[in-house]
Amino acid sequence: MPDVAEKMVNQDAEEMVTMTYVEAITDAIRVEMQRDESVFVMGEDVGVYGGIFGATRGLYAEFGAERVRDTAISEAIIAGAATGAAVTGLRPVAEIMFIDFTTIAMDQIVNQAAKMRYMFGGKAMVPMVIRTPTGTGRGAAAQHSQSLEAWHCHVPGLKVVMPSTPYDAKGLLISAIRDNNPVIFIEHKILYATKGEVPRGEYTIPLSQAEVKREGNDVSIIATSLMVQRSLAAAELLEKEGISAGVVDPRTLYPLDKETLLRSVQKTNRAIVVHEACKTGGFGGEVATLIMEEAFDYLDAPVMRCAGLDVPIPFSPPLEKAVIPDENQIVSVVKSLF
Amino acid sequence: MKNEQLLDMYRQMVKIRYFEEKIVEDYAKALVPGLAHLYIGQEAVAVGVCSALEPSDYITSTHRGHGHCIAKGGELDKMMAELFGRKTGYCKGKGGSMHIAELDLGILGANGVVGGGVPIAVGAALSAQMRKSGQVAVAFLGDGASNQGSFHEALNMASTWKLPVVFVCENNLYGISVCQKVHQNITDISVRATGYNIPGLTVEGNDILAVYHAAAEAIARARNGEGPTLLECKTYRWRGHHEGDPNQGCTYREREEIEQWKEKCPLKNLEQKMLKQGVKEADIEAIQEEIQQAVLDAVEFAINSPFPEIEEAQEDIYAS
Ligand SMILES: Cc1ncc(C[n+]2csc(CCOP(=O)(O)OP(=O)(O)O)c2C)c(N)n1
Ligand SMILES: [Mg+2]
Repeated sequence: MPDVAEKMVNQDAEEMVTMTYVEAITDAIRVEMQRDESVFVMGEDVGVYGGIFGATRGLYAEFGAERVRDTAISEAIIAGAATGAAVTGLRPVAEIMFIDFTTIAMDQIVNQAAKMRYMFGGKAMVPMVIRTPTGTGRGAAAQHSQSLEAWHCHVPGLKVVMPSTPYDAKGLLISAIRDNNPVIFIEHKILYATKGEVPRGEYTIPLSQAEVKREGNDVSIIATSLMVQRSLAAAELLEKEGISAGVVDPRTLYPLDKETLLRSVQKTNRAIVVHEACKTGGFGGEVATLIMEEAFDYLDAPVMRCAGLDVPIPFSPPLEKAVIPDENQIVSVVKSLF
Repeated sequence: MKNEQLLDMYRQMVKIRYFEEKIVEDYAKALVPGLAHLYIGQEAVAVGVCSALEPSDYITSTHRGHGHCIAKGGELDKMMAELFGRKTGYCKGKGGSMHIAELDLGILGANGVVGGGVPIAVGAALSAQMRKSGQVAVAFLGDGASNQGSFHEALNMASTWKLPVVFVCENNLYGISVCQKVHQNITDISVRATGYNIPGLTVEGNDILAVYHAAAEAIARARNGEGPTLLECKTYRWRGHHEGDPNQGCTYREREEIEQWKEKCPLKNLEQKMLKQGVKEADIEAIQEEIQQAVLDAVEFAINSPFPEIEEAQEDIYAS
């Protein structure tokens, strides 16, 4: 449920419409481009083609080639030009076709965009968004299926957002575009086709605000992106076995809304963290440690992680499926706490 | 060139064409998971270049790599099995279409990353130079890839150190939906050689003899220690960017354009040359029949092969 502050922002929004996650993303960009001339889109195949996952469909027709720019296949310049444009007054919304290819843009993201304001003594502002799809599920193998959010969470100066529903995707993307800092906006390929109720028009969801997606009394499942949906399904299964599981979605991974997470753990006294990314060095380790440091006295069991295996993503479908958590794995990790 | 040599090249081209046509069918039947970027229309480039290489030479390939791998000696059944995600495939089903590799054939991998293979070819050439092995490396890349920093950095190092590498740029006029005019302000990509002080030339990529002769010369230069060459081959992909690209890409290109390029079919081109030179039609047909069967056998092999065991997902991460 959206909290009170969010509802106030929402009061201007018109009626709800059913949209897919990818349509919600396009809608957010459209709303911001209509509202603010300084917003523009660039990336590979974002123009006539509308993005390989369709996230910019219709924008080229509406706004033209000046504001919806097809680039060469050159991730370093996409991120770098976004940085340069942002620091000089525009609000680029750049697309990197797969999060795997942010690796090619890493200098510009990590060493340049993220640190510019700090290095310049607070003088610069870098209001840019890099949208990028993440995750497995499409048989795209080791170089097109990674979950690299933790890399980006390790860089002060960046914000890292990972929506799990169409509603969140739109509200968070509008906030990301309005934010005066570089935001890595990570979209899940498998979520693109999922549908949900989304307000028509403008509304925002504040960055760094987690949401309790399901209330529970016995355990908190803290999950990100696609794993939020799987955790909700796991919570249903657990319910049948008499375990009341809450699901908390941080939505923004960095900077993190610690309070909402800790409040949930203080209530349920047990927690697991679920993500698709490899377990080692993943976001789950950070959340588990946070809970240990700040809510140890509330815990009745160790905080556990349910995460992807520490392997590159294999191509063969049975293997691909096996290396990331599903409902049953989440259920069994939860049960191990009791 | 002798008739037998022409027929050998023709056989390789037919292998690629029929293999890819089979993938069209099998992809539609959901037998091939993930992404399949087909090479139909570009066969003369892979075969022309690889025919001028020694078996011990290296290639690095791209996301559109089936043709390069077959031309470098890849076996259809192991390729098919890999595309089907089976344990008997070239990469035990772990790599799929975009990662086919066979080190014994000098295939240092297809590649999922645009521009990702080019530096690796430079490294293989460096190794060949340092080991004094006499091997040459070829980096295949697309027009789109010629805008990546990796391409430019690769040319610079290769030129500076006079490495035995040939950069073969297949200019098929598009990187996914973005046509060359939109992604770079040049027509002939070979001009990019100038900035690195290496030879750059452009050839008709659907004419296998043109490709072969240009490649043979560049490879000879490389082997003689005279350094790298950038060879641009003008060609065209007939299918969409990958299987599933709606309407064979007609959201961003004209159907007439596709038809015009089909007129310049690289297989037809060689067939005509062979007939003119006195090759018997029956010999050509025999090859077609042979390969048709070989492709069916490959599918049979793939379908009857098991998927990898789940535990195998955790193997092959580190060398012992
Ligand atoms: C670094 C990187 N960026 C983007 C992609 C997505 N992508 C795959 S193929 C392709 C187009 C490549 O164009 P080109 O190099 O001309 O090769 P072609 O597909 O025409 O054979 C793109 C953008 C990728 N695989 N790697
Ligand atoms: Mg191309």
